[in-house]
Amino acid sequence: MPELRLLDYGEHALLVQAEPAAVARLTVALASLPDVEVVPAASSVLVRPSAPEKLAETRTAAAAILATPLPPAPSITDAAEIRIPVVYDGPDLAAVADLTGLGVAGVIAAHTATPWRVAFAGFAPGFAYLADGDARLAVPRRAEPRTSVPAGSVGLADGFSGIYPRASPGGWQLIGRTDTVLWDAGRTSPALLTPGAWVRFEAARP
Amino acid sequence: MIEVLRPGPLALVMDAGRPGYAAVGVSPSGAFDRAAFRRGARLVGNDPGRQAGIEITLGGFAFRALAGWRVALTGTVCPVTVDGHRVGWDAVIDLDPGQILALGTPEIGLRSYLSVAGGLDAEPVLGSRSTDLLSGLGPAPLKAGDLLGVGVPPRSAGPPPARPWVPAGDDVLDLLPGPQTGWLADVEALATTWTVSPNSNRVGVRLDGTPIVRRAGEIPSQPLVRGAVQLPVSGQPVVFGPDHPTTGGYPVVAVLTDESCDRLAQLRPGQPCRLRWTTRS
Repeated sequence: MPELRLLDYGEHALLVQAEPAAVARLTVALASLPDVEVVPAASSVLVRPSAPEKLAETRTAAAAILATPLPPAPSITDAAEIRIPVVYDGPDLAAVADLTGLGVAGVIAAHTATPWRVAFAGFAPGFAYLADGDARLAVPRRAEPRTSVPAGSVGLADGFSGIYPRASPGGWQLIGRTDTVLWDAGRTSPALLTPGAWVRFEAARP
Repeated sequence: MIEVLRPGPLALVMDAGRPGYAAVGVSPSGAFDRAAFRRGARLVGNDPGRQAGIEITLGGFAFRALAGWRVALTGTVCPVTVDGHRVGWDAVIDLDPGQILALGTPEIGLRSYLSVAGGLDAEPVLGSRSTDLLSGLGPAPLKAGDLLGVGVPPRSAGPPPARPWVPAGDDVLDLLPGPQTGWLADVEALATTWTVSPNSNRVGVRLDGTPIVRRAGEIPSQPLVRGAVQLPVSGQPVVFGPDHPTTGGYPVVAVLTDESCDRLAQLRPGQPCRLRWTTRS
């Protein structure tokens, strides 16, 4: 069983630290707590009771969950794959082809061949860090971030893939673009990609 | 309705925020000094959990009441007039149609709250009317000429507050341990007097001073909370406010107490600010 550490995180929240591989299972387990918000990240999970005065009882309940075996990892069969068509013509595609040694066709093949797991969100509403893709695509961020990256840009950085939900500054290596709407605050569920979902990229014609 | 005549340096529609969306990258946002916001809401008889007011940064705000509205001002004390006559702070003010309420500039402190009985109307986004300056959600910052609707006022004002108002000016922030407190070479180095950087806003308050020595490197992205004290490579702490990013990759070496999170809202750029460890919680 992976080592888990339960900490107070200010007076309103708790933080559970874990190995990155355990975060998805931990998130599922902690979401069974009543009246809490559960926020996963790369190697920790935030647990925030809806009422701050419930912190003590939430801490006790969370400790009980951590003392029992975690549920199995959510598998790809548990959630429908979200298919995202991508036009692979990003400004960093050639650089990524060189960095990885895969060539342009090899990068596209690697990016589309296996599904990516939505690990956690951050940076902007609807921006998802996609993990568990082809490990050969692990490239560093650009040395110089761009001051503006167009909405729908598909990028790679630090072993993750991600899609910019809207125009913003950004330092990821951009390999393509998509028309898929990642964020719509008018929807009941505003983010297309939520932690635990799976994404499959598909090469599309420009 | 009310008509904004001048917004001052920054005036934002604000309510209790939009909790529950951090897992998709949206901060809770909401009033920065929650105690001052709630106090104003209760004074006019509003439900602070539901209704919106205006967060005014560094005074300067003025508006015209287009109907008879019951209002109150709380938080950082500004000189305030109604049609040119001085009126009281932290108290209910009954405005007649057409009257103009105007704020001057506060001597100390930063954020004040205007509450209007019935609450201010603006298009809610994800259940909240708060302006989130980081994510760009919620109403735009107010500008001269903006007209804001007002909800149905409660029949009566709230009870007067049990405790007298303590004006802003206390510059001490209490620290609880954070997930990476162990990264500090000397935990006492953080517990000193800093200067509030002009490069501070609702996302984060930056503190200038002698850089802190910590273990080198970054951490895998970690969830953030209001009041998290992050220590980037510069060694100058950043204390996160209500519009903080939902995750971040620099160590969080401390977290403010709840009360200090409100006090943080009132720190003015350039003023000193003392951090101290507390065992309370």
